[in-house]
Amino acid sequence: MEHIRTPKVLHSMVSSVERPPTTPSGGQLILRCKDFRIFQIFIPQERDGLDVHASLARLSRPEKYSELYCLSFNPNVNKEEREESWNFIDLMADYKRMGVPNNLWVATAANGEYRVCDTYPSELFVPKSATPTIIVGSSRFRSRGRFPALSYFHQDTLAAVCRCSQPLSGFSGRCQEDEMMLQALMKSNPGSDYIYVVDTRPKLNAMANRAAGKGYENEDHYTNIKLQFIGIENIHVMRSSQQKIIDVGEMRSPSMTDFLWGLENSGWLKHIKAILDAGVFVARAVADEGVSVLVHCSDGWDRTAQACSVASILLDPYYRTIRGLMVLIERDWVSFGHKFSHRYAHLDRDPKEVSPVIDQFLECVWQLSEQFPCAFEFNERFLIAIHTHVYSCQYGTFLGNSQKERRDMRLHERTHSVWPQLWKDRGEYTNPLYKAELSQSQGVLRPNTSPYCFKMWKGLYNHAEKSTPPRQSPADFLSAVREESQQLEEELTNHQEVPPGGTAHHHHPGSRQEDRSPDGEADHLGEDRGSPEED
Amino acid sequence: MEFAEHIKTANVEDVVLRQPLQPPSRGTLCITGHHLLFSDREESDSRQVLLLLRNIDATEKSVENLTGYSGFFSNASHSERMSGSSGTITMKCKDLRVLQLDIPGMEQCLNIAHSIETLSCLDCVSEMYPFFYRPVELSLPEQWGLSSPEMHYSQMKELYEKWRLSTVNRDYSVCSSYPPAVIVPKSIDDDTLKKAAKFRQGGRFPVLCYYHKKNGMVIMRSSQPLLGANRKRCKEDELLLQAVIEGSDKGYIIDTRSRQQAQQARMTGGGFESKSFYSRWKRFHRPMERGKALQESLIKLVEACGDESNNMDRWLSKLENSKWLSHVQNALSTAGLLVECVERDGHSVLVHGSEGTDCSLLISTLAQLIMDPCCRTVEGFLGLLEREWIQAGHPFQQRCAHSAYSHARLQQESPVFLLLMDCVWQLWRQFPLALGFSEALLLRLATEVYASDYGTFLCNSDQERCALGVKERTHCLFQALLRPTQRDYYSNPLYERTELAIWPSVHPQSLQLWKGYFLRWTQQVRHLEEAQEEIRNMVIEWGKLACS
Repeated sequence: MEHIRTPKVLHSMVSSVERPPTTPSGGQLILRCKDFRIFQIFIPQERDGLDVHASLARLSRPEKYSELYCLSFNPNVNKEEREESWNFIDLMADYKRMGVPNNLWVATAANGEYRVCDTYPSELFVPKSATPTIIVGSSRFRSRGRFPALSYFHQDTLAAVCRCSQPLSGFSGRCQEDEMMLQALMKSNPGSDYIYVVDTRPKLNAMANRAAGKGYENEDHYTNIKLQFIGIENIHVMRSSQQKIIDVGEMRSPSMTDFLWGLENSGWLKHIKAILDAGVFVARAVADEGVSVLVHCSDGWDRTAQACSVASILLDPYYRTIRGLMVLIERDWVSFGHKFSHRYAHLDRDPKEVSPVIDQFLECVWQLSEQFPCAFEFNERFLIAIHTHVYSCQYGTFLGNSQKERRDMRLHERTHSVWPQLWKDRGEYTNPLYKAELSQSQGVLRPNTSPYCFKMWKGLYNHAEKSTPPRQSPADFLSAVREESQQLEEELTNHQEVPPGGTAHHHHPGSRQEDRSPDGEADHLGEDRGSPEED
Repeated sequence: MEFAEHIKTANVEDVVLRQPLQPPSRGTLCITGHHLLFSDREESDSRQVLLLLRNIDATEKSVENLTGYSGFFSNASHSERMSGSSGTITMKCKDLRVLQLDIPGMEQCLNIAHSIETLSCLDCVSEMYPFFYRPVELSLPEQWGLSSPEMHYSQMKELYEKWRLSTVNRDYSVCSSYPPAVIVPKSIDDDTLKKAAKFRQGGRFPVLCYYHKKNGMVIMRSSQPLLGANRKRCKEDELLLQAVIEGSDKGYIIDTRSRQQAQQARMTGGGFESKSFYSRWKRFHRPMERGKALQESLIKLVEACGDESNNMDRWLSKLENSKWLSHVQNALSTAGLLVECVERDGHSVLVHGSEGTDCSLLISTLAQLIMDPCCRTVEGFLGLLEREWIQAGHPFQQRCAHSAYSHARLQQESPVFLLLMDCVWQLWRQFPLALGFSEALLLRLATEVYASDYGTFLCNSDQERCALGVKERTHCLFQALLRPTQRDYYSNPLYERTELAIWPSVHPQSLQLWKGYFLRWTQQVRHLEEAQEEIRNMVIEWGKLACS
């Protein structure tokens, strides 16, 4: 009975367990998962229900890393394969691909052994003229020591996307080395005599930070910078906004008005638009104006990661491929110290640290793929699979909060990397419409960010429909078409002669969805037909 | 030509045309009785724009005196001042395109604007372009249209036992908005029909529009019964409906008005089928928006799509406030109710509202698409539109006189047909393999209904079309769409016939703004078109390989 699926849910995917009051028919548990699925479990005996509830509540809130699944997860691979799996994504190869190091950008050993900044990777690229003294001086003037470093180098214009954290300027503080650092950034782009400093926070928040001795660059102290505020809200606003959009996805049979109000009220799409706008600003500066950009927020690991990685997606078609997206996430998120374990509640810690930061990045990519259906090699399933593994703790890739933490935990020896697994399944994640040579796929993506271009990500947030079999999908059909075309082409080249009565068949490939009968969607047609009027 | 009196300036040189998705171009503008023609000056890459004046919904003009104050104080003659000026005409079209013309010379500009304003909304049908459209490659058709009640009846042998084709309306005297032939129960004679017609608004007595082969159940449509305040009854009307459900225990009536609206209609002579006289009919009230409110909904939606504030909250609130998607949801779910009655519950249904020329047609058309695979091919769909809209007497002339941009006072305008196209598009998006036609067909129909070279959407009824000789003197759009050169473009490469009903989801998340129509002049839609093209190529490539 291959159609009967037994749902398996990792403990780490459980976000909350509710136990509504017991009814005569028995008790039930409601499991809400981090991928927004909801399960209802009926348990006849009240005692059993209590026990299961208690165990789930405990197991879904691990207190120590050692309790996590990735440390006991043991796929059938040997030690060599495991080690190999960690080399699957090679960041240095990607820097090389974008032409770095070169006579403008060089590798620095300043952060060897994480001496200067413990949340940064050990291998970093900086402007050629940035001496170790400048780097160390600049890092002392930045939150958490996160000094300006290269995120992406755009070979066509020689402009670069760089990232850092906010300066510790307060109301009047300045730092000569930091000023020299920004000057060095400017000089490393021969095509421009200024740089943009993009502060991704709302200006008011940035100003408020000055009272705490932090803040933003004073344009009087830094020569040749243009400061730009973008206005992405902080992690707390995003956390509550996501809760609201989850609620919208869970509405049973909303009217169109309820739905659109809920959508507006959640503010979610507004935030997604702000992040995409930030990426568009950076990409335009680099590609169209040829001006380098330095991006920061407060600590430079949330909004900065979002803005930089969206910009890279827009600037470079490579990041729109399956492997390219892996590289991008590995660089801008994993290596640059995005706090995965804090943000995605891998351990039972401060709930105020939790926030859907990478969810928003993945959604930006999804919104883009809706706008450019042929420009991305991967489909929605790939994005959702990454989303799931960010939360699942099945692999070590996203564990911990920095490269240093992962090294200290020796995760490469004790866990597996998620990327080779996703690569192995790439057939399932391929967008059949992807065509690198189409005009929409080439070069820099120039999305329209008018509000009407955004819609709710149904694949992630609507679970009423997820439980029912999928509807007709042209993508699946086309994948089958593409596969069959390739086979036929091979057949043709292999045997030029067709055997009599042979391959001249013409039937539709694949198994096409036959789900045109009423589906089980909750508020489907006619459910509330009600009784006819009497008079 | 008699249009000459409206054209004071026919040609202007050195005009700049600005249109969406293209750089501005400079060239010659020419106004004829029915068209605005612009041709580019560039010899190498010559571009022409031919715009049907009928397509222009609203114009805005602004003239400015380039000579400024000096001209004001100088003694320059009137004509000098006029020639030193220029003007801009903004044309907002019914297909939602916005074009702008920069015209040198104030007088010329005013003349052109005047011609456009007058010629774009001529009332006389026989002066409209379809009567002048004579493409060389086409001769006027022998037979006009694709389907008729006669053809429909003759093709459906299943009907013969219990249903007949009545020509009681052969001279349009029983019902002016019905075609000459209609399908009615066999046991009901023409005299009974005549009497029943008197009891229905506009004479629209119940007629068959769909026969469900799987169980023999039918969809009937009509207008409201004329009960009036005194609760009149009509034996013949009751007999007619009784005959429809002969051999079955009951039938359903779907009234597209609220119960209260239906009650109130009695005050003005209308009403609904009361339980006491139609005891075997069960009634549902499913209020649907119509008329002016629907037109205003469209106006608000188009306004929202043009909003340039770039503010998400504002967009979502305007989208909600337009209510357009609520109307889409409501239409699909009412059609779903109709299908549920016929297909699942196994009973016949009568649909009506007040006049029976708008929402009733919308619902019955959608229901047929959901249930009947024969309606889902290009021919089947166009045939369905011909029967259920053209011949069934949807008043196209009144409903589509203006679209979303017009400043004219609203009269009978209402985008019911556009709402149908939107609902069909939602079906098409939810069932990308089940419908034989492409989005391009829906877009083309939604455009042609407002301004066309063809006579198909002229007039308000078959009677009017007959009187004006539309069928003899114009070309038929539906036949043109089926020509081999057009066909591929309008068919869905992914189509595979399915016998099953295609039940749409009416969850708000499953319904989307029809970008292809409402945002069709934006760059974004080009990417989606490119994707459609890619799908077509892949399927063709695969087809070739599979055949080789």
